[in-house]
Amino acid sequence: MVAALFFYLFSAIAVASAVMVISARNPVHSVLFLILCFFNAAGLFVLLGAEFLAMILVVVYVGAVAVLFLFVVMMLDVDFVELRQGMLNYLPVGAVIGLIVLVELALAVGGWVISPASMQSRAAPLPEGVTNTQALGKVLYTDFIFYFQAAGLVLLVAMVGAIVLTLRHKEGVKRQNISVQVARNPATAVEVIKVKPGQGI
Amino acid sequence: MEIGLSQYLTVAAILFTIGVFGIFLNRKNVIVILMSVELILLSVNINLVAFSTFLGDLVGQVFALLVLTVAAGEAAIGLAILVTYFRNRGTIAVEDINLMKG
Repeated sequence: MVAALFFYLFSAIAVASAVMVISARNPVHSVLFLILCFFNAAGLFVLLGAEFLAMILVVVYVGAVAVLFLFVVMMLDVDFVELRQGMLNYLPVGAVIGLIVLVELALAVGGWVISPASMQSRAAPLPEGVTNTQALGKVLYTDFIFYFQAAGLVLLVAMVGAIVLTLRHKEGVKRQNISVQVARNPATAVEVIKVKPGQGI
Repeated sequence: MEIGLSQYLTVAAILFTIGVFGIFLNRKNVIVILMSVELILLSVNINLVAFSTFLGDLVGQVFALLVLTVAAGEAAIGLAILVTYFRNRGTIAVEDINLMKG
């Protein structure tokens, strides 16, 4: 009963904040509502018994992705009012397509039941008596090690790509040139000047 | 009232629809489009975790972890492209993005 109450609470707040994400006037508010939506989705994950994914959702989405969005929204000097013009023109077609997608999804998944026959073909059944994190670690580092490595590779490529895209060399900034430093020798580095007594250079 | 699989699937479907609707509604604003894509990926994750729990199979959670990784990478790359584009053009209006003349 309490679980049902919390399910409706979390899902109602998640849906309401998702609506605010796409309709807020200020993009900073959009990002903050996105954070609220992610928190409530994490609550749904906890209700489903996936505590590890719930915590990862909070850490990765709220801690990294949403802050990245916030950073970009605040850094770019964009006239968001101008970008919102013509929004009402897109409203009817968007509403029609959204309604069609929703009806199709409801028809497709609304009456979903899991057949007992599919229980036999589970690849990694939930083990009894261990926590969710432990169970996930046991399959993630053994049976699904290649998926884990692929996820790491995706993150590496994303990191390199983001750095390559945004790195720029400003003119007029003194930088370290290591090859020149290493190649220095006394002939080029030291200048010997004989100074006659009583005169300057 | 017992909360079953179809309730979670319905919530995920509503979130997915809001994400698609958001892409149509904010066609000029790339930042909100990226946030809508994040919402869509979140709804997919809810679907995967719900199936994983009600089937008693951990593979769904492993796959949700993979989707989470891809979503984080997508956000980073998308925002990097956005920053680079803003530096070059001074605007992020989607309609003006025609440098490649595609």
